[in-house]
Amino acid sequence: MLGNLTTAALPQDHIVITASIFMGISAVGVIALITYFKRWKWLWTEWLTSVDHKKIGIMYIILAFVMIVRGFADAVMMRLQQILSVGDSYGYLPPEHYDQIFTAHGVTMIFFVAMPLLVGLVNVVLPLQIGARDVAYPFLNSLSLWLTVAGAALVNVSLVIGEFAATGWLSYPPLSGITFSPGVGVDYYIWALQLSGAASLLAGINFFATIIMMRCPGMTLMRMPVFVWTVLGSMALVIITFPIFTASLAMLSLDRMMGMHFFTADFGGNAMMYVNLIWAWGHPEVYILVLPAFGIFSEVVSTFARKRLFGYTTMIWAVMAITFLSFVVWVHHFFTMGAGANVNAFFGIMTMIIAIPTGVKVFNWLFTMFRGRITFASPMLWLVGFIFTFTIGGMTGVLLSVPAADFQLHNSLFLIAHFHNTIIGGVVFGYFAGITYWFPKAFGFKLNEKLGKAAFWAWIIGFFVTFIPLYILGLMGMTRRLSHIDAASDWQPLLIVAGVGVLIIAVGVVLQILQFIVSVRDRKHNMDTTGDAWGEGRTLEWSTSSPPPFYNFATIPTVHGRHAFWDMKHGESSEPKSGHYEDIHMPKSTGIGFYIGGVSFVMCFALVWHIWWLAALGLAAIITLAMIRSFDYETEYFVPKEEVAKIEAARA
Amino acid sequence: MKKVFIPLLAALVLGLGTFLGSYISTHNMGIFNPKGSIAASEMNLIMTAIGLMLIVVIPVFIMLATFAWRYRAGNTKAKYTPDWHENKTLEIIWWTIPGIIITILATITWTSSHTLDPFKPLDSSVKPITIQAVALDWKWLFIYPEQNIASVNLVQFPVGTPVNFQITADAPMNSFWIPQLAGQIYAMAGMSTKLHLVADEAGDYRGMSSNYSGFGFSGMKFIARATSQEEFDQWVNLVRQSPVSLSSEEYAELAQKSRENPVTYYSSVAKDLYGEIIMKFMMPAGEHLQKKAEDPSHGASSMPVMPGMVM
Repeated sequence: MLGNLTTAALPQDHIVITASIFMGISAVGVIALITYFKRWKWLWTEWLTSVDHKKIGIMYIILAFVMIVRGFADAVMMRLQQILSVGDSYGYLPPEHYDQIFTAHGVTMIFFVAMPLLVGLVNVVLPLQIGARDVAYPFLNSLSLWLTVAGAALVNVSLVIGEFAATGWLSYPPLSGITFSPGVGVDYYIWALQLSGAASLLAGINFFATIIMMRCPGMTLMRMPVFVWTVLGSMALVIITFPIFTASLAMLSLDRMMGMHFFTADFGGNAMMYVNLIWAWGHPEVYILVLPAFGIFSEVVSTFARKRLFGYTTMIWAVMAITFLSFVVWVHHFFTMGAGANVNAFFGIMTMIIAIPTGVKVFNWLFTMFRGRITFASPMLWLVGFIFTFTIGGMTGVLLSVPAADFQLHNSLFLIAHFHNTIIGGVVFGYFAGITYWFPKAFGFKLNEKLGKAAFWAWIIGFFVTFIPLYILGLMGMTRRLSHIDAASDWQPLLIVAGVGVLIIAVGVVLQILQFIVSVRDRKHNMDTTGDAWGEGRTLEWSTSSPPPFYNFATIPTVHGRHAFWDMKHGESSEPKSGHYEDIHMPKSTGIGFYIGGVSFVMCFALVWHIWWLAALGLAAIITLAMIRSFDYETEYFVPKEEVAKIEAARA
Repeated sequence: MKKVFIPLLAALVLGLGTFLGSYISTHNMGIFNPKGSIAASEMNLIMTAIGLMLIVVIPVFIMLATFAWRYRAGNTKAKYTPDWHENKTLEIIWWTIPGIIITILATITWTSSHTLDPFKPLDSSVKPITIQAVALDWKWLFIYPEQNIASVNLVQFPVGTPVNFQITADAPMNSFWIPQLAGQIYAMAGMSTKLHLVADEAGDYRGMSSNYSGFGFSGMKFIARATSQEEFDQWVNLVRQSPVSLSSEEYAELAQKSRENPVTYYSSVAKDLYGEIIMKFMMPAGEHLQKKAEDPSHGASSMPVMPGMVM
């Protein structure tokens, strides 16, 4: 009846029991609060069923913040274990548990923190920047969100029921095959990521179509804000690479469930094929994450240096060059597999070529600051911190791209320090800058600057205190994923320093949480009444009110240049006429996305535990829901112009 | 706030710098303390690459600090050109200079990928020694085909003699790495990879798997001992006196999962054990056993070369 699911799957270990209880209490607390404030109906109609891109974006970002707590807790546990587990002491985590934690840390941070932050920010900002009222496919957008939530839920459920994969975040076979990983951990991994991967692909198609089809009149490609360009590159990568990811995981699950031999060591399977396929997705994935961060910084630097962005055209060429090159470098993740000197050298050289367009972008940001009037608001601090940190990460990256050097650095903590250097220094700093920068647009008030700056300093100092020791340990020959360390190695002092660094970052995280609380409390003092929160906005999102009405723009703007809103402000183009409105065509809210997300969760849970009847029922339910949706011909409606006039009058 | 913050930051940077400096100078820096010519070349390559990149990185840091300070909003004396956004000369400069540096680095990459190719035998007048390394769950087995002996978690070889490692796995993927002697190469089931190295100085070096292979991974390390030829010969004799020999049955026992295995010696090794370990992935397991029962002399000579097998 319940497949492989028995009571043995319930938590046995006291750490897991505590975490489960904590999760249970939090869930009950949230439910109690919503009931107490009688907000269920509001939650359902205003949020869960909403297809408004701004609300979907905010929900994505909330998901990312919930999951970052989980991912960060994993990081703290790992650092603590490595400090304690030296010589005769084996720390507080057996390898069976520790190895799940480092896998969960990577999976959570990439798929359920970085990706939701990316899609969330793009959702909030992009349609506004191109003068659109919504994305191309609003329902698909809601579906993407709920599939991502279902994936995240599956990862969290694995903590309580059963186990998570203990294979590393990319689950190389044969280790992830049924012979070496007979438990349900890898199945949880596969199905959580299948959900997340499908959601990302849908989001990629959606935003790509939105950028191509939904730009307002006058916005030619070369007039698009740089952020839009970077998202275009990123989403092109999503569309091309996520199918590879889905197919690789599908083959891995066929190996596991049906006894097939795509990637097994015997019967003609080839594990090296998996390694190639997963990195053919995996390398573009880091550019999927970092390109939009480059876009955010391009917006931020121009606003806070109060100067036009230097070298717009070169920026675009650099973005497109990086987009293309990111496809021809994947082998650099496994030079040590022995592909031979010619192949290795080719992929190494392709990799280092990426440094050129990336360097060009850095110089363009620097020369936007040159002869500017820079205000160091917290987004600008993140930018300066980013250029400094990311340049170091880029340097160690080029170093790793030299195959013969990589033989000595691969799989060591040097590699770990390198990719945290680029992901924290590039992606995380970028998204934090973006969140601070566009927060007033989404909510109508600014975040507290004092706490924001303090959080920045804690983050950047904590980052270096954590990762410089890891760079050194890597050079000393310490490998990644160790749950126990030799006493003779004498690595413990550096591991303690790295642990202190994580504590400093934790202070930064606490300051950020405080920042949100204090900003909400003091929101009356930080109101943005103009819509142009920083006073220096150049792009269209600043031309509407903060927060924008649900239809974004009462009249769709027409743009005449690259700096659409700047031109309006400075009288170089006419602002949309006020007083005259037309009916606005908008999508209707729908619960189908939420239902499909929920049913997908149940179906994937059933697949993990081989509860076949439930999985079949789930699949049937998904198909039925999709059919119901496709036979609904009234998915859109018109907001009458009288109502628009009323809303606009109230806003003014 | 600023008055406290800046000295505090300076103290932190200084304190951390001093600590790390003294730590680095008193500890074995692994790949920066090479004891073999391959590792030494790899270290030099790393240093050259860093040096080349600093040509761009240092100006970036200087510009970042200067621009951030000079063009702060408070400094109204600095020039302010809000609409200046293009300059062909500047843009050409920063496409070309990094371009030139990457061209140099690419040339170095091309040559070093070939000279330091781990599959390439070393040039030496000394006759090399062949050692077969097998990654097992979770220990390393070293087979000496020429001496017909084997050991677990310790590999010994003479100083100055090129060592030809043949590497495979009878376990998930691992990576064979002795940082002070040479860079790593993967150990994969059903395949044989190669690593060539030479030790220039006697000593015990840390060896390990660097690719995560399951719960016993942390214990998957070994001693790489480089000694004089006499000491090596003595050691071979010592191993030959071991009461245990590595028959197929003994190997099957050894290949079972186990953690923190002590150093073990085997006085002799079943014929072409290494080839057998690879071959068992080349056909369905059942057939392999059948075939073996029919033809006990089956060995490496009949090993078919599968595409992609010898990488």
